[in-house]
Amino acid sequence: MSVPREEKGRVIPISAAPSFDDRQSPADELADHLARLLAFLRRRVTGDYEVDEFGYDAELTDKVVLELIRPLYTHWFRVETVELKNIPHDSGALVVANHSGTLPLDALMLQVALHDEAGRPLRLLGADLVYQLPLLSHLARKTGHTLACREDADRLLRKGELVGVFPEGFKGVGKPFSERYKLQRFGRGGFVASAIRAGVPIVPTAIVGAEEIYPKIGDLKTLARMLGLPYLPITPFFPLLGPLGLVPLPSKWMIEFGEPIRTDEYEPSAADDPMLVFNITDHVREVIQQLLNELRLRRGHAFPPFL
Amino acid sequence: MTHTVLVTGVSRHIGARVASALAADPDISRVIGVDTVPPPSLTRDGGISLGRTEFVRVDLRSPDIAQVIAAADIDTVVHMSLVSAPSKNGGRAAMKEHNVIGTMQLLGACQRSATVRRVVVRSTTAVYGSSPRDPAVFTEDLEPHEGPVHGYAKDAAEVEGYVRGFARRRPDVVVSLLRFANFMGPGVDSPLTRYFTQPVLPTVFGFDPRLQFVHEDDAVEVLRRMATEDHPGTYNVAGAGVLLLSQCARRAGRPTLPLLSPAFKVLGGAVRRIGLVEYSPEQVRLMSHGRAVDISRLEAELGWKPKFTTGAAFDDFLRSRGLRPLGGVRA
Repeated sequence: MSVPREEKGRVIPISAAPSFDDRQSPADELADHLARLLAFLRRRVTGDYEVDEFGYDAELTDKVVLELIRPLYTHWFRVETVELKNIPHDSGALVVANHSGTLPLDALMLQVALHDEAGRPLRLLGADLVYQLPLLSHLARKTGHTLACREDADRLLRKGELVGVFPEGFKGVGKPFSERYKLQRFGRGGFVASAIRAGVPIVPTAIVGAEEIYPKIGDLKTLARMLGLPYLPITPFFPLLGPLGLVPLPSKWMIEFGEPIRTDEYEPSAADDPMLVFNITDHVREVIQQLLNELRLRRGHAFPPFL
Repeated sequence: MTHTVLVTGVSRHIGARVASALAADPDISRVIGVDTVPPPSLTRDGGISLGRTEFVRVDLRSPDIAQVIAAADIDTVVHMSLVSAPSKNGGRAAMKEHNVIGTMQLLGACQRSATVRRVVVRSTTAVYGSSPRDPAVFTEDLEPHEGPVHGYAKDAAEVEGYVRGFARRRPDVVVSLLRFANFMGPGVDSPLTRYFTQPVLPTVFGFDPRLQFVHEDDAVEVLRRMATEDHPGTYNVAGAGVLLLSQCARRAGRPTLPLLSPAFKVLGGAVRRIGLVEYSPEQVRLMSHGRAVDISRLEAELGWKPKFTTGAAFDDFLRSRGLRPLGGVRA
């Protein structure tokens, strides 16, 4: 065979003749594109960009990091969002979501969802382990996240940012596959107190799909303790297949944002009332569990159309 | 009312600038500058004109300072004499003695004095330490997770303790405690400015700390106002915003050399022994986790904002040293 296979069946589209007044010619568009890219590179190389006091580098996040994880969002997990209208357009709010998946990919997907579909940068509150690890710590800061502590949460909410929190923490993200979609205990309710102090609504959020990406069927507890990690998972493919086992399974994802729970009817001093804080925390937890159950049914198979 | 101001640490850059700014104020009748070494010569070493400041050579660690305060009817004391890095011949022990014992002597003299009405003490944001467990932005009343245990930061924390004790014992004296971010500017010579002028910048692998600077002009203005007006309390002083270390290196057009943190410490110890640059343990922590402070309390108290942001202060420093990013000037 002398002609390569692709050559034989290739269709060359016939486009309309370029007009002068209509739009820019492809060459101009390309030049524009290149100019923007060069300007971007120039800014990066000369350090001429802004980071906020938390270390958030919006340009790097939008133009590089999110671009890199977006294929995972659209093609691998085919994430669908429901009830985006519950995210405020420009004011502060606290997004409270379930946490799962052994590796916190749900945090990344939530960030893409809110950036692309609500136009808002998400500022997550992360565990202190993240900020002790090299690479991860500064990547987390550069993409807008910070340590889960009262001062940082209050500061971000006061500035009208959209703050995200996973109150289950490691208990949620590291739970075994058999306990999937069962919400774990919700910390000490510090996130509720922060929302009350800032008077911002709490948006209960359910993420369905992350549970199936790395089904955790075992835990190398001793090794994890030696490495200072909260857990070291065994999945059907890890560590059996080595690095290949780190490829997440392509489950179908859905993210639903629930009706906001208002906190502005309380005085800021109500944040110091433990009973009230516990009650609201329980309420938020129940709402998320309910959202999760409904959304899971609505999604159907985790790996459509087969399983 | 006539004022007589005592400024300690006038032989160093910021101290000299504060003394000369106060000397230019017609409301102040006398400015007395003290230090352990005489100020650098104007012509030879590029010293700064102290104006009509009267210089007295006093070792702060000795009780002589009490005689100076008593003899001159001093009403305002500006204590700038904190050494941030051990000198080549003195070492760490001498530095600690200078910082801590010197401050104790000075405050002891102030406590005895019937004329002192106002005490302004320079401290540093290093007292907050740098840790992955602490909030991203420190406010004045935040207790750090891990307080400083080394060097300058520890000295400063101890000095602050004595200053608070003094403020308790003499409630009639206005005490202002200023926590400065790292000084930056054309005339500043500090471990950090020396670091940025190296040909290659060693960094800690996998970390990109947030740094904050205060321009020397703003620092002098804050000190001048604190010395001439009553602003009791503790204040953070820094330029608005932060710069990442990587961003600083790019702006300076210097390549970075990421080292694993143990290697960074070893190398740091080696260069310190040669006396090139200072890489103290607290500096390694700063180079890993960074630090930023909130300055809204200062801005509200003075009704004034620092003229230079952190970025502008660093750019001014780069301009004065002729450092520029790869490919010329920034747009």
